[in-house]
Amino acid sequence: MMNYAGPAVLVDNLRVKRGSREVFHGLSLAVPRGALVGLLGPSGCGKTTLMRAIVGAQKTVSGTVTVLDSPAGTPGLRKRVGYTTQSATVYDDLTIRQNLDYFRSILGAPRGDVDRVIEETDLGDHANQLVGALSGGQQSRVSLAAALLGSPELLVLDEPTVGLDPVLRVQLWTLFRRLRENGTTLLVSSHVMDEATRCDRLFLMRSGEILADETPDGLLEKTNTSTAEDAFLAIIAGDTRQSSEAEL
Amino acid sequence: MSLARTFATTGRILTQIRHDPRTIALLLVVPSLLIGLMSWLFADTPVFDRVGPAMLALFPFIIMFLVTSISTLRERRSGTLERLLTLPISKLDFILGYTLAFGLLAIAQAAVAVGFAVWVCGLSIEGSIWLLFAVALADAVLGTTLGLLASAFARTEFQVVQFMPAVVFPQVLLGGVFLPRADMPDVLHAISDWLPLSHAIDALNAVSTGSEDAAYIGGELLVIAAFALGAVLLGSITLRRRTP
Repeated sequence: MMNYAGPAVLVDNLRVKRGSREVFHGLSLAVPRGALVGLLGPSGCGKTTLMRAIVGAQKTVSGTVTVLDSPAGTPGLRKRVGYTTQSATVYDDLTIRQNLDYFRSILGAPRGDVDRVIEETDLGDHANQLVGALSGGQQSRVSLAAALLGSPELLVLDEPTVGLDPVLRVQLWTLFRRLRENGTTLLVSSHVMDEATRCDRLFLMRSGEILADETPDGLLEKTNTSTAEDAFLAIIAGDTRQSSEAEL
Repeated sequence: MSLARTFATTGRILTQIRHDPRTIALLLVVPSLLIGLMSWLFADTPVFDRVGPAMLALFPFIIMFLVTSISTLRERRSGTLERLLTLPISKLDFILGYTLAFGLLAIAQAAVAVGFAVWVCGLSIEGSIWLLFAVALADAVLGTTLGLLASAFARTEFQVVQFMPAVVFPQVLLGGVFLPRADMPDVLHAISDWLPLSHAIDALNAVSTGSEDAAYIGGELLVIAAFALGAVLLGSITLRRRTP
């Protein structure tokens, strides 16, 4: 598994249109293999669209997205890439275990996987409860649990910690780090800047463009700031100055 | 295509419905209630024996159409369909899973409706009651598959509900319930020949009056099955893994 040469995700000159609005005007980036990468940016900046392009759910205009050395969306990748959307996409009228049993059989993952992911997402106490009766945070953990089934090589997680209390948030980031130690590549989006420091690498995105591709320390050093939030603001300020200079 | 994934999907849908006993009760009882109402309405006339068989086609067809189109639309709207399509399930697995799940419900529904019409409402049947059941079932499955197809063209709940009058009512009007198809203007008669519900109603009438042999009814069943199959295939083609 580790003998691939290329990065886990390689986006090259990607253009995407949603409705009449062009979201990406030639986006390029690389997610290194085996890394925990944060995708940060304000809502509406294109994080979700990028993730959809990586899992092959997004219609693109031009450019290429290569995932684990295959074009995004090819059938062979469907077992190797786990994906959660921002809202929990599981069945409200099934219990946690019934949901996971179903996704497990679709993936053809081993039977024991259901118990493993229930434990990893700390849902053991509710396993036989209907998802519709759970809190929003619990529902999004069920959705995450389903993405962990079959131990995919790449996890694409859209705002997995949104709406979670600080304790659970720390727990999830601990889980992400552990998955990374075991060789999984993770791309995790968030609009909470302080989560940035837990990543190996950060993409700062704004209006469909990558403003920074740095390690957390490198980012703070470069912007001469002490928090990720300040760093982000500094970079946006720089970007705005540059583009207004360009217009002059 | 994989049978395991199709059956897993069927099992999942049936489990969802099991958590919703009111829907099960409505599915099983509503067609019989409507048929009972028809028979009471025409109690002192020969009308019920004439339109009763057609009712066995209409009510299960309409109800299965609605239930299926709304439940697949729900899957589309909630994002679970998009998630499923990023997983190793084929589009045909998904559609067949739905067809099978609602087909099984349709068996129960058709059995209750036929039994109620014949033994409680006294619908007189010259032909075989098994054939009557077979046609009623084929018709409920047809409603399911057309509902699956219709939901592919709907983006919202409002749209999908409007498909009921758009897809179902013309078939009801031209199916020969209100006016025997032979008495229709030529153009409408020709159109009605191409509507699946007309064949279902013809077949049910033939069973109840005993006017045609089993081969004729088998032929009509094949026509209904062909429409159902066409809707399944078209439905799976219209599913898109990549959306704008």
